[in-house]
Amino acid sequence: MQTSLFADAIFWVLAALAVFSGWRVFRTDSMVRASFFLLASFIAVGAIMLLLAAVYLGLAMLFMMAVEMMVMALFMVMFMMNPAGLNPMVMVHQHRLSIVAGGLAFAVLGALALFVEFPDRPLPAGLDPVASLGREMLGDSMLVFESAGIVLLATMIGVVVMSSHRGRFGAADQGSLPPGLEPGGVPAGPQPDAEGSGGHHHHCH
Amino acid sequence: MTLVSLLLVAAALIGIGLYGALSQQSFVMLMMGLELMLNGVMLAAVAFWALSGAGAPEGQLLTIVVMAVMAIEMAMGFALVVAVFRTNQADMTEALGELKH
Repeated sequence: MQTSLFADAIFWVLAALAVFSGWRVFRTDSMVRASFFLLASFIAVGAIMLLLAAVYLGLAMLFMMAVEMMVMALFMVMFMMNPAGLNPMVMVHQHRLSIVAGGLAFAVLGALALFVEFPDRPLPAGLDPVASLGREMLGDSMLVFESAGIVLLATMIGVVVMSSHRGRFGAADQGSLPPGLEPGGVPAGPQPDAEGSGGHHHHCH
Repeated sequence: MTLVSLLLVAAALIGIGLYGALSQQSFVMLMMGLELMLNGVMLAAVAFWALSGAGAPEGQLLTIVVMAVMAIEMAMGFALVVAVFRTNQADMTEALGELKH
């Protein structure tokens, strides 16, 4: 691909931004700030995709990640004990192992990038990336595309099932008893809680 | 903007993401590590598509599939966080000791 000096300069700035903000994600005290650093990393990668003429993918990345990271920041505020970064925070385990694993992954993949001869076949001159992607998605690879859609639908259903606690009329198992092990015997399994336990299920061992 | 430099950036993102996914104790931070790894994978896929694959449309399709994987990972991860938080008020992976048996 013919790239000008200007495009190269932009690429290096974006690459530095992507890696730096990716690193800052795990080095900042505030979890909300961490999600915005991750967003910055995604936006930089999306802009690099735009530089590489992947117009649709780059723009989809920007829109998708902006929304996704907003959701993530909201979750941080809802669930995390230290969303604002008021206290210094180090919440890591197996730290040394993780550093070694991350460094090793970078070394192996970087060595592959440096020492493997990849064919040099740039984009053909008259290619319209968006049209070619559309033709592929609704043509030869329609099965892949539709399967992804079905999996997303299944995910939506699964997520609602997993995260919904009770229905409009109370807990789903309210008042229900499992059948006994013998006819008319004591119900098997854990008994449903009494009313007003606040939704805590304590499983005795 | 050569293929090598693009792949090095992707490798760096994957390495940082692996570090985060292995080291973070909070569920959501762990998910951020996974997302960063997928970010690197998408960058590498687009780089191969543009500079080594002669614009084969399957390269872009692969990136779309990775994006779908990312959305699924995110949705399932948050649903799991909500479910775990409801049952034992925890947001740390260490709190799931009762899965050990």
